[in-house]
Amino acid sequence: MSREYETVIGLEVHVELATKSKIFCGCSTAFGGAPNTHTCPVCTGMPGSLPVLNKQVVEYAMAVGLAANCSIARYCKFDRKNYFYPDNPQNYQISQLYLPICRDGGVEIETSAGKKIVGIHEIHMEEDAGKLIHDEWGDCSLVDYNRSGVPLIEIVSEPDMRSAEEVIAYLEKLRMMIQYLGASDCKLNEGSMRADVNLSVREVGEKAFGTRTEMKNLNSFKAIARAIENERNRQIDLLEEGKKVIQETRRWDDVKEYSYAMRSKEDAQDYRYFPEPDLVPLAISEEWIEAVKSRQPEFQTEKMERYKREYGLPDYDAQIITGSKCLADFFEAAAELCKKPKKVSNWLMGETMRLLKEQEMELEDIPFSPENLAKLIELTEEGSINGTVAKEVFEKIFAEDVNPVSYVEEQGLKTVSDAGELRRVIEQVIQDNPKSVTDYRNGKEKAVGFLVGQTMKAMKGKANPGMVNQILKELL
Amino acid sequence: MGEAEKKQSGNIISDETIAYVGILAKLELSQEEREQAKKDMKEMLDYIDKLNELDTAGIEPMSHVFPVNNVFREDVVSNGDNRESMLKNAPEVKDGSYLAPKTVE
Amino acid sequence: MKEIRTLTALQLAEKIKQKEISVAEAVQAALDQIGSVEAKINSYVTLDEEGAFRQAADVQKKIDSGELTGPLAGVPAAIKDNLCMEGLPATCSSKILENFVPPYTAEAVSNLKKAGAVILGKTNMDEFAMGSTTETSAFGITRNPWNLEHVPGGSSGGSCAAVAAEECFYALGSDTGGSIRQPSSFCGVTGMKPTYGTVSRYGLIAYGSSLDQIGPVAKDVADCAAILEAIASYDSKDSTSLNREDTDFTSALIDDVKGMKIGIPRDYLGEGLEPEVKSSILAAAKALEEKGAFVEEFDLSLVEYAIPAYYVIACAEASSNLARFDGIKYGYRSREFEGLHQMYKKSRSEGFGPEVKRRIMLGSFVLSSGYYDAYYLKALRTKALIKQAFDRAFETYDIILGPAAPTTAPEIGKSLSDPLKMYLGDIYTVSVNLAGLPAMTLPCGLDEKGLPIGLQLIGDCFQEKKILKAAYAYEQTGEWKRCKRQEAGA
Ligand SMILES: [Mg+2]
Ligand SMILES: [Zn+2]
Repeated sequence: MSREYETVIGLEVHVELATKSKIFCGCSTAFGGAPNTHTCPVCTGMPGSLPVLNKQVVEYAMAVGLAANCSIARYCKFDRKNYFYPDNPQNYQISQLYLPICRDGGVEIETSAGKKIVGIHEIHMEEDAGKLIHDEWGDCSLVDYNRSGVPLIEIVSEPDMRSAEEVIAYLEKLRMMIQYLGASDCKLNEGSMRADVNLSVREVGEKAFGTRTEMKNLNSFKAIARAIENERNRQIDLLEEGKKVIQETRRWDDVKEYSYAMRSKEDAQDYRYFPEPDLVPLAISEEWIEAVKSRQPEFQTEKMERYKREYGLPDYDAQIITGSKCLADFFEAAAELCKKPKKVSNWLMGETMRLLKEQEMELEDIPFSPENLAKLIELTEEGSINGTVAKEVFEKIFAEDVNPVSYVEEQGLKTVSDAGELRRVIEQVIQDNPKSVTDYRNGKEKAVGFLVGQTMKAMKGKANPGMVNQILKELL
Repeated sequence: MGEAEKKQSGNIISDETIAYVGILAKLELSQEEREQAKKDMKEMLDYIDKLNELDTAGIEPMSHVFPVNNVFREDVVSNGDNRESMLKNAPEVKDGSYLAPKTVE
Repeated sequence: MKEIRTLTALQLAEKIKQKEISVAEAVQAALDQIGSVEAKINSYVTLDEEGAFRQAADVQKKIDSGELTGPLAGVPAAIKDNLCMEGLPATCSSKILENFVPPYTAEAVSNLKKAGAVILGKTNMDEFAMGSTTETSAFGITRNPWNLEHVPGGSSGGSCAAVAAEECFYALGSDTGGSIRQPSSFCGVTGMKPTYGTVSRYGLIAYGSSLDQIGPVAKDVADCAAILEAIASYDSKDSTSLNREDTDFTSALIDDVKGMKIGIPRDYLGEGLEPEVKSSILAAAKALEEKGAFVEEFDLSLVEYAIPAYYVIACAEASSNLARFDGIKYGYRSREFEGLHQMYKKSRSEGFGPEVKRRIMLGSFVLSSGYYDAYYLKALRTKALIKQAFDRAFETYDIILGPAAPTTAPEIGKSLSDPLKMYLGDIYTVSVNLAGLPAMTLPCGLDEKGLPIGLQLIGDCFQEKKILKAAYAYEQTGEWKRCKRQEAGA
């Protein structure tokens, strides 16, 4: 039992591309929608229908490939992958096997173990399948082809990862990169980014790979981490018992936290790939590659440098903010409006992140507009509201995206800067708290804090704290 | 015809092969059909093996007969809701979906 | 006046234009003929009488208003049942598609309708176009109008028989390995398979996608040219559709072959070719020679490898194309089954006929793990070599002349028992599909049983006009006239 094992992991990541229409027909890719309302003869596999390739799919695939340091194939083709399943209306998937569009890339990840490159074996284009809903009542499945034909890229890594931490880092890196490109929103929970994990174990020092399994149905980072841990242990246990790992596809059940083999004698896993005769090959010119290159956006490293330079953000802020394209876009929009970048950054990294986490939301789901955050910052900056009120208003913005200017107005939250009114309230506070007054006069500086607090309380938090301090000291 | 005799045995198609191909093709053959299929497939494959007489070393497999490349459509949504006309031919429909035998065991 | 039904499509359109015949009268003439011979011949799977008269009224209005002026306006036609037309069943002569009514129309059919065609119905065929006799249809065999004991050929046997029996004025067929040319030859009509990509495949229920082409079946060469001109179009819905600017095919109808170089593959005249067919073909070549063409025999080579390569490629593609028939979205679903996989298997096994199953099995096998390289890639390499052989031939010759089939139409019931032998009958036609070439068959004689013999003319890619020119010139010699057919029992 004292043998030491190493986990070897490779990933197949499917990403739904952000095109408006499907890969081979003019149906909408919009998420949701009543079943089968985004379908046509092509994406329901009607006989006589033919696919025509969406050019944007190719450009997105090239853009991701370039960002992942791949070489772009000058000549590539589509192939048919043949297997029967009801979510696949033609009973073949149009994909790429022999000549994928991108090859031989890699992305850098950073973990507690340091930096390393995860190799990308290839990226290919393919079509998504429909959705199956199990109908408990009818003991049958309902097939919805709205997702059938939504464009995907499949990013196949080399078996370069050794831990769940590396896997998560790799996925986060890919997600950030792809979001920067605008090629996908990469939402794991909506299935626009999905990962299949190929995992094997071997004794430390062993050169040859062990037998691997493929794990499917992983739709959160947590599930991926759990599944990796679980599968690693399962394989090690097998080996320790002198048994063999069987090469198979397993399905992860995140509720029960275990995986089971998806095996059936009816699934021969013999896909009979052959070149798709209904589509012509792609010849990708140097000029085309250059044109896509020239449209590549600013990526994180460049953006980070610019944020430090242009907005004067500290290292830490710049890194966090640029860690997500959505966050960076939000930051830039709000900073542009209020011209207070550091304040924007503080609100995003502080309260925003806190509330997102509390409500188990993703960074992509920031539920309010940059305009309203900018206004809130303006309100605090000009002293119209104080910090306490600002936090309260922010929660309202987060919850309902309210306009803080009108909200503060309607709720009467504006800071009272009227010296006369403040003076009256403070006089009352002094009168009510003789002990603290005495303490202060006896040199207990701290006692003033209590009196400020009492004043704020009396003002329901709306007093201008600077003025309260000033008037208090005057009266004392 | 000496050649034919030499190659008399040719391809041997086993019951397992027919069963396996049946799984791939989703065809369930009766005993009689299976025997016929073994015979037909053997004959066809023996005949197809004639291609081995040809030296095709260095010849690029030709999947598309014309060197036409890069046929695209623009990324435009051009279809509306066609659900009813799509579902009209389905053997069984429920709640706007195609009905299939249950897919999870 | 000659009986309406005996007119060619162009002649009829002219008379309609001159208001000598109304579109409805033309439809009625076709329906009358159908009424008298269809029970024996069985060319049609679906007849749409009501729809035909509705279309006739509409087309007549457009002709009268001057909106429709084309050379085929008002002419009743039939289409093969693997072509989709909105609202009419498209069965591919298969039980599995018995109730399938496509919600869309094939581009070729749309083009015909734009040219003023009146579609009478859908014609019988070998199931999913797999066969050479139209005996594999799930809806009964079609008989050869020249002799009811013989097959019409296939797979476009219904289209060719319908034209030969004057049950329509022309028809559309599809040709994957000779499926227009061989039945045209057997039925004594003129049929053409254009260059791959000339006619959109959108709405054609696929058999072998890389080989399938739609083409005309007609009474003579001029009709063929006019129909092809109408259906040829660039279609953005078919990625393999070609954008050609030379589709004015009727401009090639010139009786002049002086200086044309015609090659006859020696390998087409060897073993297996019936002597009567051979002598008719050579007589046709002689007739062209007498008109000033230069004719000689040459070695095309590789002819015997075309059939094995073809069956590997066509069956492989078919195994995939026909996977969609699974009982979920459309078509036949078995009544009783347990679970998904049994539903698939039973629906498909009960829905497909034996020839289709045979080809799906073979196609699945040659693509399966471990065999792909040995069979499929080998066939694709052979295809490349065959294409090269044609390229070489067309460096020397304008067209290639030969038979369409080794024999005339076989008797009913004699072919299916020995599939391999039946496949060998495709020897002169399949290589044309592998190389994507245009080719045409037209009648050039009768054998001693009184069955038609077909002459095949093959051109280089995009050289339909050369073929049409030679065919037209040959037809003008009057060496062999169409319509000599004794009404078979009618
Ligand atoms: Mg894939
Ligand atoms: Zn669609």
